Amino acid sequence: MARIHFTTWLRSVVPDGPVVAAGGTVGDALDTLFIDRPHVRGYVLDEQGRLRKHVCIFADGARLPREAALTHPIGPDSELHVMQALSGG
Amino acid sequence: MSDRLLVSTRKGLIVFERDGAGWRLAATAFAGVAVTATAADPRDGAIYVALKHGHFGPKVHRSDDGERTFTEIGAPAFPQDAAGKPAVFQYWTLETGGPHHPDRLWMGCIPAGLFRSEDRGATWQFVEALWNVPGRDKWFGGGYDDVGIHSLSPDPRDPGRLVLAISCAGVWDTRDDGASWSLIGKGQLATFMPPDQQDKLDAQDPHRVVRCAVAPDTMWMQHHCGAYRSGDAGATWTRIRPPGDDFGFAVAVHPRDPDTAWLVPAMKDELRMPRDGAMYVHRTSDGGASWQALRQGLPQRDAFDLVYRHGLDVDDSGSRLAMGSTTGALWVSDDGGDGWQLVNAHLPPIYALRFG
Repeated sequence: MARIHFTTWLRSVVPDGPVVAAGGTVGDALDTLFIDRPHVRGYVLDEQGRLRKHVCIFADGARLPREAALTHPIGPDSELHVMQALSGG
Repeated sequence: MSDRLLVSTRKGLIVFERDGAGWRLAATAFAGVAVTATAADPRDGAIYVALKHGHFGPKVHRSDDGERTFTEIGAPAFPQDAAGKPAVFQYWTLETGGPHHPDRLWMGCIPAGLFRSEDRGATWQFVEALWNVPGRDKWFGGGYDDVGIHSLSPDPRDPGRLVLAISCAGVWDTRDDGASWSLIGKGQLATFMPPDQQDKLDAQDPHRVVRCAVAPDTMWMQHHCGAYRSGDAGATWTRIRPPGDDFGFAVAVHPRDPDTAWLVPAMKDELRMPRDGAMYVHRTSDGGASWQALRQGLPQRDAFDLVYRHGLDVDDSGSRLAMGSTTGALWVSDDGGDGWQLVNAHLPPIYALRFG
């Protein structure tokens, strides 16, 4: 299962990271995580399920293009980082 | 008079309280996060705070113990089947539901979605009828990329009536508690439109609309193109012509005197700063026939302060006012604006403030 690390900016929302979650894509792994932690969803995705404009995700060391981030395939040992994008100020 | 002031800033909520020594900074919350709106509910003492995280989206928190602790509550969000698949960019105005709806809140957003809560913000319902009115595709943003709702005014006499104002889509009225909506507001003139379209009701940019508490048919408006007054709850508007600049964003009306109102003039509209660097507040006490330029205590040189549409408030007494600027200056007046006291000149940019 992938390990998902969250920016320290989200420490109040995910105080116990990193979190382990199963899924074949970044979006699948996040969806798995949101089942137990529905509160986190609105911080990462907007209400239409899109990655928020100023959130960026790294998978195994690579920064993912925003439009393709959620469909990016991952493996069972992937390391994901959910970070604030500096475009957001 | 109200002794507590909730100030919404670029860097969090800043609460000022007045004691024997004057106004002092009493509390801060959400340090570093933009606060775009607050509401203080006199019915149960709750304080509501709308946040705009730069990265993580808009959120809402409530305090039930003064401003000591906050709990995150429901965040109004567009349903996935809403036309255009919108997402909330910003909560722009937050109001309590009026005397007929004790646990109700209204939230106006950018884009121009309206939401209603009946459980003190735990859950929110999208007012779909307003989003689906014919012609919404012609609305356009005013100051932001998207259209936004910035003024919400429940009618204290009628549980089903509410007037709201949109930049830029004019003034709207519901008489059936949001089930249907009418575009109202004849008399406004949008000089930023081509000549043959300047009177179109849904092309108007009412910067701010407020209602008199004891005379709810009287409403005042600071429009992009001047000041207006309505005597029929927003159905029709009469242009008021104060001398000098009549551009600005904020307007306040005396809660017990519909003829007394305040504006904060700025040079229009490509400049948006005080004329000659000198700030003043314009007050009328006779329905707009005459105006006093109130300058005592306000900077009269080198000032660049602009007061946003939610940056001016009057308390229930009608004597105490507060005003906050984009430059981070906060002033209070205890005599209806005759004189102003600088409370703090070094705050973050102030988006909104209100007594409560």
